[in-house]
Amino acid sequence: MDRRLFLAGTAAIIVLPLGPAAATPDAMTEAIKKVIGNATPTEGRVKLEVPPLVENGSTVPLNVSVESPMTDSDHVKAIHVFNEKNPQPNVFSARLGPRSGKAVVGTRIKLGDSQRIVAIAETSDGRFWSAGADVIVTLAACLEESP
Amino acid sequence: MTGRLLALGLALVFVASYAAAQVGADKRRSGYQDMGEALQKMQDDDTANPGMLYVQLGGQLWKRAVGAADKSCADCHDAAPASMKGVAARYPAIPTGGDRPVDLEGRINLCRTENQKAEPLPPENRDLLALSAYVAHQSRDLRIAPPYDPRLDAFRREGAEIYRRRQGQLNLSCAICHDDNAGKKLAGIVIPEAHPTGYPIYRLEWQALGSLKRRLRNCLVGIRADAWPLDAPEYTALELYLMERAKGMKLETPAVRP
Amino acid sequence: MSNILVNAPKTARRGDVVEIKALIMHPMETGFRPGPNGRIIPRNIIERFTATWNGADIFAMDMSPAIAANPFVSFFAEAKESGTVVLRWTGDEGFAAEQRVDIAVE
Repeated sequence: MDRRLFLAGTAAIIVLPLGPAAATPDAMTEAIKKVIGNATPTEGRVKLEVPPLVENGSTVPLNVSVESPMTDSDHVKAIHVFNEKNPQPNVFSARLGPRSGKAVVGTRIKLGDSQRIVAIAETSDGRFWSAGADVIVTLAACLEESP
Repeated sequence: MTGRLLALGLALVFVASYAAAQVGADKRRSGYQDMGEALQKMQDDDTANPGMLYVQLGGQLWKRAVGAADKSCADCHDAAPASMKGVAARYPAIPTGGDRPVDLEGRINLCRTENQKAEPLPPENRDLLALSAYVAHQSRDLRIAPPYDPRLDAFRREGAEIYRRRQGQLNLSCAICHDDNAGKKLAGIVIPEAHPTGYPIYRLEWQALGSLKRRLRNCLVGIRADAWPLDAPEYTALELYLMERAKGMKLETPAVRP
Repeated sequence: MSNILVNAPKTARRGDVVEIKALIMHPMETGFRPGPNGRIIPRNIIERFTATWNGADIFAMDMSPAIAANPFVSFFAEAKESGTVVLRWTGDEGFAAEQRVDIAVE
């Protein structure tokens, strides 16, 4: 077998599964646009807590809190979280209201690689607020083979 | 009088410092201590620790009648918090009438085949892990207390020998990583001392509960060695040695690990 | 039967903002992972989590495959009156689970 052909084949095998499905910074921008339209989110009011360095990307604690009085006239309606490099840019969309009392949501997410996470909050006046965080995922040395 | 008081005082000082030295002497670290704060919190909160979902499932299975005998675990052992307290702290052990040690999962399967007249559950089966986690959880915060049984000595020696044996393409032994280089970093992760304090563990990499056997297989794969078959006696021998090595440390089941 | 763990206060004072934490056993299979045979394991995730308090919506979350296995969610709600909080999870392959928690408000 031609060595060059063989190498090309190997490269294709390695690249293909990631190719069409992988989220990218562009895909994240697109996904955000779908949620907020042409509005420009203002940085601030949102606090995105995620460890800067995680021991394993499979289960990463994430907490989003938004400064808001959470009254009928002034509250957070939604909190959306996006990522750059997972296969899909959307992580979750949470719906809140004055009944929430506090605009705070926590969960655990998967991160396939080190990347930037963005949280966007939508307030009852139709404005959008955002915060971002970079997470470094350190990969374990002795990963289990695929079961 | 003064002399006697002085002697008593000196004796007290000696006893106190000896005790302090004993406490200070135990430098062994559970993998828990090498985790970041977020993961420690995850393990500590019983409604945030995903391993507790399996403990809950194990509690349900404990009461469920199975097999031709139509018996549940509870039919023989009653309430686990009393009857299973301390059991996991002393396994592996040699079952009555047996001549070879079995681990906790093996003991559960013996109960299934002999008493419940049911099929044994396959390795890493969710229900088996859940039952094992439920039983081991009853020993949480108890100290590991391997049984005194001279019949176990040969198996422990074999375990110690395996622990120090170089294996695999990387030609590493357990001891090279987990004794000689414990606490140092390998690819950004602290190498733990390999004390089996929290099995079955909820390992974030697995996103599931898994047994010590699965973890040992991981290590074998990591050093590019052929993993022993799932029913190989090597696992139990190694577990016996590791439990002896971790004697006196507290059980944490279900532990969370990266 | 689903395995669910919920952490919510049994009692609260009127007007208190209480935290509710919920954990459910679920693989959250992404649909991007190859199985042992090399074929992609079909996606099997929880798509939606909702919470109501005496029937009133208090919280909802649309989940993606990026939510970790055995999903954990924490959120807050204002305790207005005694009642039942109903937590519901729905998703792929007809998955549906529900857990009810009573909170007494004084």
